[in-house]
Amino acid sequence: MSHKAFHHALKIQKDICIGCSHCMNVCPTGALRVRNGKAELYGERCVDCGECYRVCPVGAIIVEQDDFSKVYDYKYSIALVPEVLFGQFPEDVSKGLVYKALRKIGFNDVYEVEYASEILKHTMQEYMKTAEQEKPFISAFCPAIVRLIQVKFPSLVEHIILQKPPLDIAAMFYRKKLEEQGYNPEDVGIFYITQCAAKIAAIKSPVGEHDSDINGVINMDFIYNKIYSSIQNERPDAVPGSDYDDKLPSGAVNWSLTHGESDNIQGRCLAIDEIENVMEFLEKVEDEDIKNVDFLELRACDESCAGGILNPENRFLAVERLRSNSNAQDAEEKENATQEILTYYNFLQPKLHLQPVVPRSIMKLDEDMTRALKKMRRVKDIMSRLPGVDCGCCGAPTCSALAQDIVNDEATLKDCVFIQKRYEKRGLISKDESYEIMERIWGQNKFNQS
Amino acid sequence: MMEYEYNINGGDFSKAGFASSSLKKALKQLNIPSKLIKRIVIALYEAEMNIVAHAYEGVIKVEITPEKIYINVKDKGPGIEDIQMAMEDGFSTASEEVREMGFGAGMGLSNIKNNADDFEIVSTVNEGTELKIVTKIS
Repeated sequence: MSHKAFHHALKIQKDICIGCSHCMNVCPTGALRVRNGKAELYGERCVDCGECYRVCPVGAIIVEQDDFSKVYDYKYSIALVPEVLFGQFPEDVSKGLVYKALRKIGFNDVYEVEYASEILKHTMQEYMKTAEQEKPFISAFCPAIVRLIQVKFPSLVEHIILQKPPLDIAAMFYRKKLEEQGYNPEDVGIFYITQCAAKIAAIKSPVGEHDSDINGVINMDFIYNKIYSSIQNERPDAVPGSDYDDKLPSGAVNWSLTHGESDNIQGRCLAIDEIENVMEFLEKVEDEDIKNVDFLELRACDESCAGGILNPENRFLAVERLRSNSNAQDAEEKENATQEILTYYNFLQPKLHLQPVVPRSIMKLDEDMTRALKKMRRVKDIMSRLPGVDCGCCGAPTCSALAQDIVNDEATLKDCVFIQKRYEKRGLISKDESYEIMERIWGQNKFNQS
Repeated sequence: MMEYEYNINGGDFSKAGFASSSLKKALKQLNIPSKLIKRIVIALYEAEMNIVAHAYEGVIKVEITPEKIYINVKDKGPGIEDIQMAMEDGFSTASEEVREMGFGAGMGLSNIKNNADDFEIVSTVNEGTELKIVTKIS
């Protein structure tokens, strides 16, 4: 299974992986197996949701970021930050302090992604009025969800709103703004501070767009540490809030949180977070069970972007801080402030369009239906012989995953411990042979202990 | 060829949609185009709903071949007196209670027919109704 076309920011470090199968058991698309004592990824199935990263007990799964020194390769570098960054710090670390720290560690400027939601608030509404698409419209905000729909709900790709997410719009705007100020485009480096792996994958191999305006991606936990040490070092005489002008309206602050989009869209809107919840709901959409709903805000993480895998802070605390911050400051004044990005509406609006999202189903047993039918019959037959306990001892997450692996020549029936016991009793395989099978799946190390 | 069989209980609205949802999973595995899957699922869902809303019990049998998908829906129930009238859009004998739940809009049979390549219906009053729904693949 080699599909190099999809960039995955999640990488398994084989030398650290202990083959414990925790990741395999939580993967919502069944993309992981254990072989030779190590986790193995079926690349075309992975949607970069990062559930595996959350549960890995030894930190063997990493999120590949760009080298921070890249920031210094540009004459003018910008930290493009999501609002959840400010929710990571305790109350006494103000937004101004974070801005200041980012400048100190090497960025010339800071821009908040959520400003772009001011554009989307208008364009999404317009889009939903005119697009000849099936309802409910599905937001393209969360890249893990877009990929989930491609691989698991191929019939629903036509529901996706083909407009770029705030991240890309913010980058387009800022690049244009600096160009107008006379900067050479090659001297401008835009770096996104990411809370998740899916956004990295979306930047490195975008779905529905050709190139990204973003030059690099830095992980939230990495930047969190850098900001914290910078603040610690100059704490006593720090003057917060001096070098930034906070005009972000509360609706924009909350855009990446659950209900952030749905609260700003007219019509009957639902907001669903956490990938298993989303899958349950998409099944219903596919069955045409969901009627008269206009818009779906779907996010892979619990508590949406506040629950991103790279965020150091507890997601509920982060949400609480963001919401109270957005309410606290002179709300009325902010809502009425003119956002600079809105003056670029005519420049940005024609550039928002995404190419149609192409389905690439992972559900099919074979491209050819006749062969798929044969395989399906075999799966059914194999399933009747498997125990149905989903113990995972075969190195596949479920009995049905094993059955599918068998018909695709990726595993054998004897990988199942129950089958092994049965075969041993009937004298069909030796004790040594069944021992070897388990070693092949789980690695020799696990059997070397006395 | 693959065969599936589902038993449906009349009045069990909470489980309605089970057969169509489970068949959908199989059709996805067979790499059948999603537009076609949609048609089959809609037709089967309507048929399933008809049993739940009107009959005492029923059996749905599905047969998948590389060329066609055959669905046979047979119920024990009141049957349909005037099939021609029942086939019309908007015709419904559903009770007020059922309509309040958002079902029984009277699009059922015509919706099934519109989403099938071949459609047959036989019904005997006080005995039951049998539907044959055939969808061509490719």
